[in-house]
Amino acid sequence: MDKNQFLADVQEIFRDVLDNEDIVITNETVADDIEEWDSLSHIQLIVAIEKHFHIKFNSKELMGWKTVGDMIDCISTK
Amino acid sequence: MQTLAQLKKSLKNDLTGLPTVKLSIVGDTATQLLCTAIRGTGAIRGYNIDLFEAEYNQVERQFMDPTSDLYQFDADFIVVFQSTHKLGEHHSMLPQEQQAMLADERLQFVTTICTNPTLASKKIIYFNYPEIEDTVYGSYANKVESSFTFQMRKLNYELMKLSEQFPNLFICDIAGLQNKLGRDQMFAANVYTSTEMVLSIDALPYIASRVMDIVCAIKGQFKKCLILDLDNTVWGGVIGDDGLEGIQLGHGLGIGKAFTEFQMWVKKLKQRGIIICVASKNNEETAKEPFEKHPDMVLKLDDIAVFQANWETKVDNIRTIQQILNIGFDSMVFLDDNPFERNMVRENIPAITVPELPEDPAEYLEYLYSLNLFETASYSNLDKDRTKQYQVEAQRVSLSKTFTNEADFLKSLNMVSVVSGFTKFNTPRVAQLSQRSNQFNLRTVRYTVADIEALANDPNVIDLSFTLEDKFGDNGLIAVVIMKPLDKETLFVDTWFMSCRVLKRGMENFTLNTMVEKAKEAGYKKIIGEYLPTPKNKMVELHYPNLGFERVEGAETAQFELDVEAYKTKECYIVKK
Repeated sequence: MDKNQFLADVQEIFRDVLDNEDIVITNETVADDIEEWDSLSHIQLIVAIEKHFHIKFNSKELMGWKTVGDMIDCISTK
Repeated sequence: MQTLAQLKKSLKNDLTGLPTVKLSIVGDTATQLLCTAIRGTGAIRGYNIDLFEAEYNQVERQFMDPTSDLYQFDADFIVVFQSTHKLGEHHSMLPQEQQAMLADERLQFVTTICTNPTLASKKIIYFNYPEIEDTVYGSYANKVESSFTFQMRKLNYELMKLSEQFPNLFICDIAGLQNKLGRDQMFAANVYTSTEMVLSIDALPYIASRVMDIVCAIKGQFKKCLILDLDNTVWGGVIGDDGLEGIQLGHGLGIGKAFTEFQMWVKKLKQRGIIICVASKNNEETAKEPFEKHPDMVLKLDDIAVFQANWETKVDNIRTIQQILNIGFDSMVFLDDNPFERNMVRENIPAITVPELPEDPAEYLEYLYSLNLFETASYSNLDKDRTKQYQVEAQRVSLSKTFTNEADFLKSLNMVSVVSGFTKFNTPRVAQLSQRSNQFNLRTVRYTVADIEALANDPNVIDLSFTLEDKFGDNGLIAVVIMKPLDKETLFVDTWFMSCRVLKRGMENFTLNTMVEKAKEAGYKKIIGEYLPTPKNKMVELHYPNLGFERVEGAETAQFELDVEAYKTKECYIVKK
């Protein structure tokens, strides 16, 4: 799976978890860009992504992301 | 089980029409998502949860400071979630000689909450401690009192004893839940480390469900009756085809063990007071044969309150059972191995609970355990006799058919009623009946044991309980009246409820005679009754006018008054003892 496909999948997860069909994400998107993306929904996003890709993030990774791109990079290393 | 996302979505529906439950959550870890899960579960079960979440890690402060937000909010239910993680942290900070006191220290705090007079009428839902096995001593920890393992287990054990002692304390058994789900599903280390949440996202719906099980039970929503299919549900095989020797039961044949253990579970439910009934497509004789003759049957005919075996549909048979028992469909559970039957029952009787039994009977029990169907908010020893009472009721119904005159029938019953105030002996039953009675209940005020004790101690309150015995047997305590003074001359009927088992026996007349007598003794001139409608108590809408009360004009609710002095004692065939 290439990174664009990851991005598309992650976008679907964002829409589903945050319950907003209009969300569009890019590699540069940060939490401030999306109203519903706060520290609480962040955890729900993480768990949903873990389930979707059958991967597990370590706690350091969870704390280290600044952008969606960081997230995608991390997924692609798994 | 719903997912957290589904629970969240259920909150988008309009909840304004639902009954509101005020609930507070006080925890020592991050509880925001738990709050969402509880509100969502509440919405699915028909409650609008008005929730106050105390700020993070303020458990002691919230309880100790009488001006805290917790007291300001004044919720009916207070959920207290002190986590095993924080307890472990505390344990590791203590000097070793104090570690053996850890459980006692925490129990002392819980006792303080339970004995706080401000919280006496509140329900405290306290989470027990899912174990974290730290293996510092290995299994040897069981020998070392100061070990964390020892203290944690002691705490969980002693919490049970505290909840026996304090009627307002309800333990939410999340330790038991962890036993079922497994620690690795209950807890996500990466999430905990980055968020202070000790519960995994996947565990939240289960925890919320357990909390709401307790809330609903206290609110009077719980299961009273289990209806069983027979073939391949209670035993393996088909009795009509396989015959008595061919069905699978016990340790001999096929997977008989699964059915035997299932029956043992049902028997325990029966002993706890759940009414067990049978709805089976069979000839009655054939269906009863294993109960009478099979050596490995745990369930006997005596355990079954209503036995419906015929060729009618399950839906019809369940309706018949409902009419005999006179309880709501929403308090019934139906178990059947056949998906077709299950769907038919679900479609025709939406209120009934029909678990989706697994295909393999070996899985029945573990699946049923996971549903926690039979949560309750009270238990009394009398519960055990309930099956007998319903069997007796069936006999009574058949006797009444032989009399043409109702009075003659009632006389023939030799009815006796013991009238008493609330005592420590009848308090558990009074409280229980106040939570169970839905139909013959004028104002549907729910009382716990602690509430009833408080009423018994209030000299201004006239508290009455009634039993009813007849020649077929003792129904036990079946009716309760609580009257409170409005002024020097007027009594208000705060509570009047009666078990539907004793309808049409003249018990209402007998009760009112007693009420008037007590009112006269205390010098009151007027009794005012009120009817507050619920979806279930239409039966008593005209209760007061039927008894000769006059409608109070201009009152906002349906209120009725009775002149005590002009009252003529009503005829009834019940002797007071």
